[in-house]
Amino acid sequence: MTERHGDWPLWEVFVRARRGLSHVHAGSLHAPDAEMALRNARDLYTRRSEGVSLWVVRASDIEASTPDERDAFFDPAADKIYRHPTFYDVPEGVEHL
Amino acid sequence: MQIGVTSTGSVGVMYGNDFGNAPGEPTSDLPHDDVAFTALLADEGRVEPRDDMPEAYRRTLVRQIAQHAHSEIIGMQPEGNWISRAPSLRRKAILMAKVQDEAGHGLYLYAAAETLGVDRADLVDQLHSGRQKYSSIFNYPTLTWADVGAIGWLVDGAAITNQVPLCRCSYGPYARAMVRVCKEESFHQRQGFEILHTLSHGSPAQKAMAQDAVNRYWWPALMMFGPPDDDSPNTAQSMAWGIKRFSNDELRQRFVDMTVPQAEALDLTLPDPDLRWDDEAGHYRYGEIDFTELFEVIKGNGPCNAERMAHKRRAHAEGAWVREAAEAYAAKQAARSAGAESVA
Repeated sequence: MTERHGDWPLWEVFVRARRGLSHVHAGSLHAPDAEMALRNARDLYTRRSEGVSLWVVRASDIEASTPDERDAFFDPAADKIYRHPTFYDVPEGVEHL
Repeated sequence: MQIGVTSTGSVGVMYGNDFGNAPGEPTSDLPHDDVAFTALLADEGRVEPRDDMPEAYRRTLVRQIAQHAHSEIIGMQPEGNWISRAPSLRRKAILMAKVQDEAGHGLYLYAAAETLGVDRADLVDQLHSGRQKYSSIFNYPTLTWADVGAIGWLVDGAAITNQVPLCRCSYGPYARAMVRVCKEESFHQRQGFEILHTLSHGSPAQKAMAQDAVNRYWWPALMMFGPPDDDSPNTAQSMAWGIKRFSNDELRQRFVDMTVPQAEALDLTLPDPDLRWDDEAGHYRYGEIDFTELFEVIKGNGPCNAERMAHKRRAHAEGAWVREAAEAYAAKQAARSAGAESVA
């Protein structure tokens, strides 16, 4: 779809709430460029000091797995239960293992 | 998944934060699996963008979220009317922050709607052309400063009562937007209560002004919960889908029960001679609501319908040059940095 005149591209916004935490997806907004997207994100998603760092990414630049294929896509992990510590038998009385 | 067909008839490809298919790229042709969808809802699971969902569920959400977003945006007008006439710098700063929050709420909600395969620009067009509605409460005028207090206390109070259950809505992006909105609304309600408390404990004229505002806003606030349950055809389906968690009358009762003791603390009365405590039921009983007024206002015959829409269309048209300038600047910067790269 061609964007209409005045119909700015969509950006996804990620906010780091405080140092020591990862950036987390907060929502999206429209902006003409990255600089305005950052400023709009500050005004929209951090009006109450909810963040110390912001990322904005053009929504069209993100590749995502598709919900329809999620079973096939994530299946390889399902049959490797030996990756979890609970898979293993630990003899009675053994601690700190 | 279903192809998102917007109500203007175009096929939406900008899927918001579902990072959707490129134009022309085929979408999945898997048939909708109603059994899986029903099981997901029964398990209190959340529906996320691009998940398989019934087309009617998607359409209902688009309509509800868009109407909610429009309400936040139109809702800036009645209070914005008083920013230049707020009685002190403190009140002016608070009111500006509140009106800015309403703009923010509108934007969170448009963003949530866009994850369902519609464009914000289309939704705004539909508001401007009258094909989509906003809450009828914003078609009442703000005649005095006390109205700003009554809106914060009663209108935002009713909105919070409606919105808290939406934080558990089955559609993830809507629920997440509502969590943010509800956190911010509690400041709105308190600032309104404080305005009325100051007036009702001021001079007799100030108290009369507060009482007059409450008299005018009480019944419209009760109507914000919508028609009574036996006249609300969409409620059952919305509840089955986990969009709605309580009926209109349940939420209205909850609001009345919370608000009556607050009115006593304000030393103001509520304009309902039938209002009384029902000890057996453990609820306040209120008089009959004149819903013919609600339907008249929804039809466009409220005191300010034409004014609100005219102002919204004008503001949008007058802002066009700002949007175009920002776009031209972005294009110029992009061309410059492309030029600089090719030189280097």
